[in-house]
Amino acid sequence: MTELKRRVLHKVQKPARYTGGEFREIKKNLDDVRVRVAFCFPDTYEIGMSNLGMRILYGVMNQMDGVWCERVFTPWGDMQQQMREHDLPLWALESQDPVKDFDMLAFTVGYEMSYSNILNMLRLSGIPLRASERRGLKNIVFAGGVCMYNPEPLAEFFDFFSLGEGEEITPEIISLYDRAKAENWEKEQFLLEVSKIPGIYVPSFYRHEYHDDGTLSAIVPLHGAPTKVTKRIVEDLDNAYWPTDTIIPSTEIVHDRANLEVFRGCIRGCRFCQAGFTYRPVRKKSPEVLYRQAVETLENSGINEITLSSLSTSDYRGLRELTDQMIPYCEQNRVNLSVPSLRADNFSRELMEKLQTVRKSGLTFAPEAGTQRLRDVINKNLTEDEILSTCANAFSGGWNNVKLYFMLGLPTETDEDVLGIADLVYKVIKTWKECASNKKRGLRVHVATAFFVPKPHTPFQWEKQIEPEEYLRRCKLLKSHFYSKSIEYNYHEPDLSRLEAVFARGDRRLAPVIEYASEQGAMLDGWDEYFRYDLWLDALKACGIDPEFYTTRGYSEDELLPWDTIDVGVTKKFLLRERKRAYEACVTPDCRHGCAGCGANCLLKEVQCDA
Amino acid sequence: MPRALFEKTGNAVFISHLDLMRLFQRAFKRAGLPLTHTQGYSPRPSVSIALPLSVGVSSQCELLDFDLTEYGVSYPEMVEKLNAVLVDGVRILEIYPEVSKIKHLAYLDCELTLEYDRGVPADAEGEITKLFAASSLTVEKSGKNGTSEVDIIPMMRNVTISRVDDNMLCLRARICCQNPSLNPNLIVAAIERYLPELAADFVTCRRLEVYDCNDTVFR
Repeated sequence: MTELKRRVLHKVQKPARYTGGEFREIKKNLDDVRVRVAFCFPDTYEIGMSNLGMRILYGVMNQMDGVWCERVFTPWGDMQQQMREHDLPLWALESQDPVKDFDMLAFTVGYEMSYSNILNMLRLSGIPLRASERRGLKNIVFAGGVCMYNPEPLAEFFDFFSLGEGEEITPEIISLYDRAKAENWEKEQFLLEVSKIPGIYVPSFYRHEYHDDGTLSAIVPLHGAPTKVTKRIVEDLDNAYWPTDTIIPSTEIVHDRANLEVFRGCIRGCRFCQAGFTYRPVRKKSPEVLYRQAVETLENSGINEITLSSLSTSDYRGLRELTDQMIPYCEQNRVNLSVPSLRADNFSRELMEKLQTVRKSGLTFAPEAGTQRLRDVINKNLTEDEILSTCANAFSGGWNNVKLYFMLGLPTETDEDVLGIADLVYKVIKTWKECASNKKRGLRVHVATAFFVPKPHTPFQWEKQIEPEEYLRRCKLLKSHFYSKSIEYNYHEPDLSRLEAVFARGDRRLAPVIEYASEQGAMLDGWDEYFRYDLWLDALKACGIDPEFYTTRGYSEDELLPWDTIDVGVTKKFLLRERKRAYEACVTPDCRHGCAGCGANCLLKEVQCDA
Repeated sequence: MPRALFEKTGNAVFISHLDLMRLFQRAFKRAGLPLTHTQGYSPRPSVSIALPLSVGVSSQCELLDFDLTEYGVSYPEMVEKLNAVLVDGVRILEIYPEVSKIKHLAYLDCELTLEYDRGVPADAEGEITKLFAASSLTVEKSGKNGTSEVDIIPMMRNVTISRVDDNMLCLRARICCQNPSLNPNLIVAAIERYLPELAADFVTCRRLEVYDCNDTVFR
């Protein structure tokens, strides 16, 4: 007779996501394993397997003697239903063992709207949601990832947070656990010891107190916990662990290609961008190391596409040297080399033309704002000239497809800025008419606008988010100015971005909201087919939480912020200065044209900031 | 062009046809066996798998045609190199030069395992044998243009039913696999439609062998 799990696999969509068994998955003999870690990604297999951080840390943990790290993803809705119907507990892919059997559950959280998935994964595993309900050393649940730079909405659910890059801190955590388990520690002792590792934030060691108006009045460290927890970084990327023999999924994933991270950090300082500040300081990798890793990765995997990734690949100093080596290799071995997030500078144009011989990819710009004034406010150093001249170049080279991304609801935005988007789009169309070498197929301009979400640790962390109605009015205003058939305009629905704003800058009082919503069926919120705004509004209401407190209210500069315990290296003083400059529409040049003194370089001890 | 005979079993049955193509393309590259590429706007590595299997169906007689840019290694060596870099459940059994075109494939033997959680109903074998002895049997088939009624009897023969144990029946049949082809699911659908009391709780399907129009094993 066929066992239950296998029967279920025959009933669900894309069952290969749940079986494991991919090429290069890591299996270990349980007799040699002392610590079992379930590495949980709170979204689907296809998204999680595309995540670079997860691949790095999977390798890092499995390199450790006596440690076996396995993968767990959020099952798709049909599978979740089957699991609930048949009482099938969530399992890890490699061993197919229930997650409940694992010592530690490590989550990597990169998106606010995956919070319901975290709780659902714990529920499906049969593990109590709240940290306080989990006694003993078994099932220690912790998390890292960019969202954990303000982990407060999840503080009740996690035992601790690991802040910053995980290559070095993760083995420290697991080694400590290994010892704790061998010596039979109480959970309290483990938490106390783990809180001493730099970069570890144990939320239960901090008491949050509030004023009558709902703002924070005090954050009180307990048990000798540090008042500030500073994120961890890897200084020397050339010698840091980098996986060149990672798992090759047997089924298609979102980014189905090899990935090469060329450097970390960003020199740009776009004032809305959380990654731009939280990934600082800038650390390079040398072209020689990268080329070697690229070739190894491609040979080990057989994949025919590789991406040079970073926050702004044009800013990688070794780009010419690296691509000069890689282009011939890729051509010879029929590998597509893709270089996303190129800026509109001269070298990038030259590079684009060279890459064209391998494959023609699309042309995408993210001006983010429609007028130069507003681009100066957000410090997006991209000028109309740069956009139009790059377009002219591309159109004369045969491109007929442009994507333009903008945000609406940015600080100081007026209708003039909104209509500036339409102006810019028409200039792009005009450029095409003048320059296109092949007009037969016509031009497609895809315009998309997103709803600005203020994020912690950015100069805009205090800003108001505009009302959803106002955002929609601006979308419609813009739409009414698009007449050309060449334009395809899409705007994000404001509902999701509004909730994103709530959780991005949320505090501990949101825990019951997440719990309630996920209990009522909120799941896979990042997916249109599952997202249900009404469930979240009900949850906020039931828990007596006013979302406006976190969105349209705005935070005052002298207010204690929920994430003030967390230090990402960039100082508050710098963020305040940048905010002031934003209101003056004053550009801050990129770090290479002079250090703006963000403070992140102080995290470095062995090397200099490579900005 | 060489042809590989391979099996798809275990968890690999859940890998879809398109995913399996990609899996092979990567495996050839990993094995150091460079595939030739198709011509055209977007060149693709030349691998093709005959008679795509449905997700969930296992097989011991899959055929993969491919072409390499260079043939420095013997066929047995190729088998070894490929199996070293393939996933569990996908295993090359043999590689040999293509002798007959895929278009000459005509029939295949399939095996359906019918599981009855409360035990196989009395005389199920007899009832099912009788059902497929009819001269025509129409079932509903859903396709791109909605559903239609098809008679499956002309597309199947040599039906045998055996009892594996108290809970399991095994049905084997030789069915048409090209122009037209019979989806084995329709055999299950026929039982469900005409003998609803014999509808199984769970069914698995396996492909056993492929034949040409003379009922000779196809390689």
